[in-house]
Amino acid sequence: MQNPYIFVGILVLAALLLPVVGLGVAWFLRPHKPNPFKQSTYECGIEPIGDAWVQFKVSYYIYALVFVVFDVESVFLFPWAVAYNFLPLYALLEVIIFVAILFFALVYAWRKDALKWI
Amino acid sequence: MEQLINWLANILENTSWWGLPADVSAAVIVWSVYGFILALVVAPMAMIVLTWLERKIIARIQDRIGPNRAGPFGLLQAVADAIKMLTKEDTTPAGADRVPFNIGPGLAAVAAILIYAVIPVAPGIVGTDLNIGIFYIVAVGSFGVLGILMAGWSSNNKYALLGAFRAVSQLVSYEIPMVLSLITIAVVAGSMSTVTIVDKQSWVNGGWYLIAMPVTFLLFFLSSVAEVGRSPFDLLEADSEIVAGFHVEYSGLKFGLFMIAEYVHALAVAALTATLFLGGWHGPFVTQLTASSPVAGAILGHIYFLLKVGVIVFILMWFRGTLPRFRIDQLLDFGWKFMTPVALLNLLVTAFVVKLFQPGVSTGMGYAISAGPLASFGGVGQTIALLIANLLVAFLVSLAVRAFARRSKAQALRAVAAVEN
Amino acid sequence: MAEQIVFFIFTILVLGGGIGIISTKNLYYSALFLSMTLSGMAGYFVLLNAGFLAAVQVVVYVGAIAILILFAIMLSRRMMTSSEPQTNRQTWLAAIVSPLLFIAILVLVLQVNWPVSSAAPTGDALILLGMSFLGSYVIPFEVISVLLLVALVGAIILARDTHTDTGREQ
Repeated sequence: MQNPYIFVGILVLAALLLPVVGLGVAWFLRPHKPNPFKQSTYECGIEPIGDAWVQFKVSYYIYALVFVVFDVESVFLFPWAVAYNFLPLYALLEVIIFVAILFFALVYAWRKDALKWI
Repeated sequence: MEQLINWLANILENTSWWGLPADVSAAVIVWSVYGFILALVVAPMAMIVLTWLERKIIARIQDRIGPNRAGPFGLLQAVADAIKMLTKEDTTPAGADRVPFNIGPGLAAVAAILIYAVIPVAPGIVGTDLNIGIFYIVAVGSFGVLGILMAGWSSNNKYALLGAFRAVSQLVSYEIPMVLSLITIAVVAGSMSTVTIVDKQSWVNGGWYLIAMPVTFLLFFLSSVAEVGRSPFDLLEADSEIVAGFHVEYSGLKFGLFMIAEYVHALAVAALTATLFLGGWHGPFVTQLTASSPVAGAILGHIYFLLKVGVIVFILMWFRGTLPRFRIDQLLDFGWKFMTPVALLNLLVTAFVVKLFQPGVSTGMGYAISAGPLASFGGVGQTIALLIANLLVAFLVSLAVRAFARRSKAQALRAVAAVEN
Repeated sequence: MAEQIVFFIFTILVLGGGIGIISTKNLYYSALFLSMTLSGMAGYFVLLNAGFLAAVQVVVYVGAIAILILFAIMLSRRMMTSSEPQTNRQTWLAAIVSPLLFIAILVLVLQVNWPVSSAAPTGDALILLGMSFLGSYVIPFEVISVLLLVALVGAIILARDTHTDTGREQ
């Protein structure tokens, strides 16, 4: 039996061709006349003020933190889902506990306003 | 030292199960052709056809005509756009981080194309039947997020960065309900393989999952629309607020690659929804026809599949033509405080119902699982039971939402009263 | 032959990414190199016929951890323009200690008699994985959820301090 991922590898190569060939063709077709005004940062026609790499709200980061926790949870639920028909009834109970604990985590984050946009 | 060399030699020798030289079979060649057609023909075509279709449909919704100059019905408009993208000057802002700036769009496009590897388009026609099919889709999506973040940060532009932040916080928030609804499907189908999931949706096995699990369908569909970042979840590009979000500094074909990524991803979501909930290529006569003539069956399967995909694509465009955009706090609240809890509840309820219809199996691990109490009703019985359970979940959720809305309304009224006094 | 070539491509991804992480001065590039290394690791898992682990590697490490690190870097002011030298006075000590550590680990690894099989795994490994999660390893499985809960609580408590501070600044 062949590795089913060979096709994924082939598709990666084929998909990489799309930007490479496209940009290559465009390289020959398009004009190339840069000037400082064209290359300035776009800020609705006004002179850009300061660096773009300014500090943003930490709220974004907290959402990412909560996401990591639930992402890892889902990784553990996938094998359970596939093996579900081969598992005795207590496995459902175990997963209910597993999910309940994480649901509690969600409620905690909610109550602590971690999921609140400020 | 000798040990080390042996060890390295061992690694190299013992990966030989990947026996490519032993049999570079016809299958590999067929796959390669299929893959290249998919990436180099279907992806650009998807973008060209879908942009035209979208402009036309939205124009009709808004009582306009839409593109009508280039070719009959404006059909060549998208071709003209493609030619423009190829020949337009490609400016890179002076302050940009050149290398990630150039990799970003390519990564986004590649990630979108890779989803098609596991989508079965007709009986027996699928790129590759991975046993982790739906999980593979989640994994590939991660690279798209990375591409967006690279593009937004490297542009050295405030709008782009804000767009990238919005994009990533939205994508990660809606990935959770999407993954949870995928797990729900895996529980019902007993597999993550997309081919198996389609097989399980034949009428003998209980029919489309849309009928059995409407709540799961809504969860999956809405979170997928958010994952693509289309209206009403199009905050990441929000033309009227942050001018285009993460791809504001891109021009020419690099901008085109982001467009390709978006439309290819939207089409992939439609194809995935059709596969997971609308029975994929299933339709009248496909199974019978495939038994007598595989080619005719495959063609009929393609037709049914494309029809279903077309319906979903139309719904996506209908959304865009009619629904206003979310605000970011509403968006995140909807994802975390509504979709995620409902998806968790729905998963557990579905798992419970599936256990009732459990067929008796021997596990080969020293114990056997006896059949569930309702196993004799079979797939159709399970569909009906799942539908009832889903409606129950929907009812409970609507009660909870109503209670929550009453409470927040009372709070708001009290706040107003306090200000007036 | 083909699999060796693929193996070396992934090795270039992993090692190139690793060298990139420590050699670049730009933290943003470091994080991007990190995601490159982690994707290469997923490639190794695919070569070992462990598709699920490969997908886990991508979903958790590239899709979540690398994004989290990128977010952390992007949200930290002045981190990008840091002109501090990458090395300190203990460079030489580190240069001696780390090869020693590498040799120690290598000796340990070589001492174990790893069972090597060239056959592809039989049966659906995923189902076996799920059965082990809820069979022999059910207690660790439950502990994971508690661990995740603790991680979330800790993260929120740590992040909230800065949260309120910058919230007023903005």
